[in-house]
Amino acid sequence: MANTQAMTTSFKVDLFNAVHAFNATGVPAHTASTADTFKAALYLASSPGGTLGAGTTAYTSTGEVSSSGTNYSSGGVTVTFGTAPTSSGTTAFITPSASIVYSSVTLTTPFDAVLIYNSTQSNKAVSVHTFGSQTITAGTLTLVMPSNAAGTALLNIA
Amino acid sequence: MAIVTTTKGEMDDSLLEKREGVDENDNERAEWIEYWLDGELVHRSVHMTLKKYTLTGEAIAAQLG
Repeated sequence: MANTQAMTTSFKVDLFNAVHAFNATGVPAHTASTADTFKAALYLASSPGGTLGAGTTAYTSTGEVSSSGTNYSSGGVTVTFGTAPTSSGTTAFITPSASIVYSSVTLTTPFDAVLIYNSTQSNKAVSVHTFGSQTITAGTLTLVMPSNAAGTALLNIA
Repeated sequence: MAIVTTTKGEMDDSLLEKREGVDENDNERAEWIEYWLDGELVHRSVHMTLKKYTLTGEAIAAQLG
């Protein structure tokens, strides 16, 4: 059987776990056996500071929904990753193990994105998830996670 | 009878007009519920299921050149 060119699946899982360091500059010090803390912040549909996307490098308060009189805390809420990254076939994946919930908030300016970022590592960005514009009035926004499986997980490296 | 948190405080839902619906697209399925009082929106909650977000190996290869 011929050899096959591939990025190994184990490496993809390792990417989620910060195992490899190709550059000595700016490498996080992951010597502690504790996971980082991740958070989720909400962003306005019409952001005065630009838009979020693949070019986003870190959490910013610019364009974030207001924390003034809304019961929303600047920086958002903590995201629970209770299940370790894993793989199926050649896809590595991970999904938060609980819904992301903003309780008893009033967000009357439409928002349409959530940024997941690593608050332990200088608030570095992980992913941006967009949705149809929403408002919340004296209510709760619950972001339910998809099934944690290859191709349906929130984060996949295929 | 149920109690609803509103901009006017806790209210019995029998006093309110209830509206609800579902919006779905490729990114999410959003189920929303609203309560209105005399034409004023006093409560809105959203229960949204996010759909997959995929970063492909091909995309990584493209970034690495």
